[in-house]
Amino acid sequence: MILKANLKYNICWLILMVAGFYLMNTLILVGVIDSFLENMLVTIGINIILAVGLNLVIGFAGQFSLGHAGFMAVGAYATAIIISKTPTAGAFYVSIIVGVVIAIVAALVVGIPTLRLRGDYLAIATMGAAEIIRIVINNLKITNGPSGMFNIPQFATWPVVYIMICVTTIIIVNFIHSRGGRAAMAVREDEIAAESMGINVFKWKLAAFVLGAATAAVAGSMQASYLQTIAPSNFNIMESIAILIIVVLGGVGSVTGSFVAAIILGIVDTALQNFGALRMVIYAVVLILIMIFKPSGIMGTWELSFKRLFTKKTKTEVKS
Amino acid sequence: MSTLLKVEDLVKNFGGLTAVSDVTMQLNDDELVALIGPNGAGKTTLFNLLTGVIVPSSGSITFRGPNGTIPLNGKKAYKIANLGMARTFQNIRLFKELSVLDNVLIAMTAHYKEGFVQSVFRLPKFYRTEAQIRQEAIELLKIFDLQDDVDKLAKNLPYGIQRRLEIVRGLAMKPKVLFLDEPAAGMNPEETADLTRLIRQIQREFHITVLLIEHDMSLVMNLAERIYVLDHGSLLAEGTPAQIQQNPAVIKAYLGEEA
Repeated sequence: MILKANLKYNICWLILMVAGFYLMNTLILVGVIDSFLENMLVTIGINIILAVGLNLVIGFAGQFSLGHAGFMAVGAYATAIIISKTPTAGAFYVSIIVGVVIAIVAALVVGIPTLRLRGDYLAIATMGAAEIIRIVINNLKITNGPSGMFNIPQFATWPVVYIMICVTTIIIVNFIHSRGGRAAMAVREDEIAAESMGINVFKWKLAAFVLGAATAAVAGSMQASYLQTIAPSNFNIMESIAILIIVVLGGVGSVTGSFVAAIILGIVDTALQNFGALRMVIYAVVLILIMIFKPSGIMGTWELSFKRLFTKKTKTEVKS
Repeated sequence: MSTLLKVEDLVKNFGGLTAVSDVTMQLNDDELVALIGPNGAGKTTLFNLLTGVIVPSSGSITFRGPNGTIPLNGKKAYKIANLGMARTFQNIRLFKELSVLDNVLIAMTAHYKEGFVQSVFRLPKFYRTEAQIRQEAIELLKIFDLQDDVDKLAKNLPYGIQRRLEIVRGLAMKPKVLFLDEPAAGMNPEETADLTRLIRQIQREFHITVLLIEHDMSLVMNLAERIYVLDHGSLLAEGTPAQIQQNPAVIKAYLGEEA
């Protein structure tokens, strides 16, 4: 009975994902989406993966991390190095896994000492950790130092990115709505209460942090192989802040919000490209206005839920 | 009746201040014990020591586990909690932005397992576990008449109900001891009467030991089987409610010396 009810919602999500794919496919085939628009959409997609992962850490586990770009760099360079040497599709998928594994190890190394800190201190410590990752990459031979890597073979076409958005989002949303996610949210709400409920506060903070880092590495792999060039300067503190802006704008604690904000900012960013230097000013004004009139972000903590849609419908039916 | 929790010569210093000094006490099975004392006597500090939130300076706390006694000194708070010690807080600490049901489910975290792969890929076993623990949580909420508030956010509940939910959340941990830190604080007489009934009900239906900090003397004298009186960090008296009411040292601590 419960399985059946959940099957209904899961099928709805599946239909939504498949429909999105075919819509995109058709629009490309008939020429509505040219390569310029496709580039914009893929960039939005990569930002969605990053923002959803960071939202898990900030919005659900309540840990203010500013080091997301560091983990992205790990994934990007793993993919770039591996597929430059062996340009096959198989090697590309292996490289994603390698990137994720290295990012998990890096997140453990960074997280175990820093997650004992709170708030601003944690933000500064994670920011420092991301800078260390970037500077290490900057000084290694295998990563080609500050000039970065180019002519990386392109295996991350838009369908690959699309599937990765779906996979990472499913993993994160399902994690949130399970034992681990509830424990992480308890930590966000009140650490002392969570601890006296028998919850290993440190363990669940670390779990959310590591899962966020792993998805950031996937996004990095996508970026390296789609844009075909990467440099250490792509993964500096500004990139971490750009991801943070998406999370805050969409709503801290709303996965739907991260999607909406990534799409809006992606479109705004592209539309303002003709304005030159004025672009950053307009971008900033848009952000300030939203923060004044909707401080909790565009979506607050609201989530799209088929379950709620269906139960609402049955309730109104019963009434009428 | 055998000893469940034993405290011996417990001391806690904060710098030069001795908040708890040489406290020796014990809690037995199925007992309702009250801890009273004037403001600043060290009651909450003692609670925090017992639940592992702060570490004692010296002395020992031991707990009777399934395989012999377990020393609690220096153990992490969550490990102590999982041995069977639940608590509520003087200033309510619910998970405010989460639903009533989630609050209870979180307290049950240590009592069920969900693998990462299982939950992330929503394997059938995940749905079975979820259905089962949700059922269990709702049954518990029903006992305390909270079944209609299941989906409400904890912060939107009235004050008295929030206090009740905090107790229910503690019970969801299936504890052996429940520590209640001023459960009647800020309640009107009607709510306090409800609370008295609730605590009796818990004792009757769950067979657990309750240690209660309370300022409301009518509640304490009504409920407690035994009372410990704490003053300036040390134990002033111990006894039944009748004995405590007659104890000159206790009267002096509360009312001051006769002129």
